[in-house]
Amino acid sequence: MNEQKKSLLGNVYFWLMVVFLYLPILILMIFSFNDSVILAFPFKGFTFEWYRQMFGAHELLLAARNSLFVGLVSSLIATFVGALAAIAVMRKNLPARNFFLGLSSVPMVMPSIVLGVAMLVLFRRVFDLELTLWLIITAHVLISIPTSILIVMARLANFSHNLEEAAMDLGANYWLTLLKVTLPVSLPALVAAFLTAFTTSFDEYAMTTLITGTDTTLPVYLYSLLRFPRRLPVAVAMGSIIMVASAAVVILAEWLRRMGTERPKKKELV
Amino acid sequence: MSTQNLTNTPAVHNRRGIKEQLTGIPRRRQLIALISPASLWLFFLLILPLATLVMLSFVKTAFGEGSTVLTLEHYRAFLQNTIYQRLLWRSLGIALLVTVLTLLFSYPVAYFMAYFAGERQNLLLTILIIPAWTSFLLRVLAWRLILGSNGLLNTFLMGIGIIQEPITGLFFSTPAVIITLVYIWIPFAVLPIYVSLQRIEGNLFEASADLGARPWQTFWKVIFPLSLPGILAAFLFVFIPTVGEYVTPALVGGPNGLMIGNIIWDQFSRGLDWPMGATLSLMMMLIVIVPLFLSSGLAERLGLTGGGDE
Repeated sequence: MNEQKKSLLGNVYFWLMVVFLYLPILILMIFSFNDSVILAFPFKGFTFEWYRQMFGAHELLLAARNSLFVGLVSSLIATFVGALAAIAVMRKNLPARNFFLGLSSVPMVMPSIVLGVAMLVLFRRVFDLELTLWLIITAHVLISIPTSILIVMARLANFSHNLEEAAMDLGANYWLTLLKVTLPVSLPALVAAFLTAFTTSFDEYAMTTLITGTDTTLPVYLYSLLRFPRRLPVAVAMGSIIMVASAAVVILAEWLRRMGTERPKKKELV
Repeated sequence: MSTQNLTNTPAVHNRRGIKEQLTGIPRRRQLIALISPASLWLFFLLILPLATLVMLSFVKTAFGEGSTVLTLEHYRAFLQNTIYQRLLWRSLGIALLVTVLTLLFSYPVAYFMAYFAGERQNLLLTILIIPAWTSFLLRVLAWRLILGSNGLLNTFLMGIGIIQEPITGLFFSTPAVIITLVYIWIPFAVLPIYVSLQRIEGNLFEASADLGARPWQTFWKVIFPLSLPGILAAFLFVFIPTVGEYVTPALVGGPNGLMIGNIIWDQFSRGLDWPMGATLSLMMMLIVIVPLFLSSGLAERLGLTGGGDE
């Protein structure tokens, strides 16, 4: 690469965009400390009241617990299922490889409402199932499979099949090779895929609300609060905590993803 | 010697399998086993639900007596009822506008990060991505705060004396839906464009300049065409989910900002008419999926679906 190019205009535009992206979030967070039930200007005064009320809001905490459960279980499954598929897809001799790749990327671009209503119809009308958290988990696995596959594939693209061959020459069968070589090599990508799936699941509303029964997840509960303006500040307080926490998770996931995919480049920079 | 024996024995013993075993190429059935969990999921939670949706659109009612009566009345209703059609075209129009605006705002950001950010690229990328992963609902809610009649924008404009009375048209309107969606999609659109720009060889700039091209000519004739796969990926990522969007219109759109997704949601959640909702979903999919099929070849070239291609 040639020496570092600079652009003042580019810098200004970039940071204006950052302000545009962060300002609404910051405003919302500031209002979680506002001493008024109405979310409107001007700012009335500083209070921790909404955070205090949050810990007494039984339903809110229950929904948060449900979301954690759904997020953890669905992301574990999605990472595992996606990683196995990614390993297979890296091989050219996989039967119907392009068909599988095409099909597995569909959930990524399918409008959530179509997925939601289609699953609702299948669960309720065809199988007559009770709408439980387990069904939400299976649905969340589906929408996280494409990203898991892509993240693990990106990691494996830098990985030479020679390593697998070496392991097999040394007497390991294919499954043992996957367990001892391929999966450990993709560990950073597995963690990144897990975290990505978790944030997706934790935030999913549009599809989830259609297949939610009596046990709600956090976004579904937050949305129901919007109809009761008096409860809104508590929801905003909860939301602020979630936003800070998910930002931390994103930073971790990004860092791991980079560690996983960008090893060989370092030399060029020095 | 003993080591020789160890390597030789299986080879002699299992001559037919030796090539496959020693070259380390997994067998087809092993690969099929690896993709079978994902395939099961895709079958039971994607293909099967969509198939039942298609079936549902051809029956009279979802439950009870009418659930076995085949009919085309829902499709007829869609063709005869101009409200449905108008909403569908409106949704496509909004989605198109949102997508174009998002791309226009995102492209310079991606361009700056790819060519002018130097070693800070990763840091800037993370900064940009964080908002994309914070709560979708709360980001929409934030725009209610900003655009509302007592919102930040109105109080700010009144504060500095540009307007005397709050602008009421901002909130609960189609523009509010568009602004909010563009805001939500920008980080998602920057990413694929950035990736495609980053793949362009740096010396193409020099080559183009050596051949006498001015910077803007280099951009339009060399860089922009090479970044098209990224633009296309961003387009798909933004356009398709936006067509079916119903949460944002419900929260900031008001009665005039509704989209086709809101009508579909009504049919199902209020239990009005599931088969009609199924029909509307499918008509929307038909119109959304056609461009997807047209561009699938391009998506593959981009590596979106093909990944490990040489």
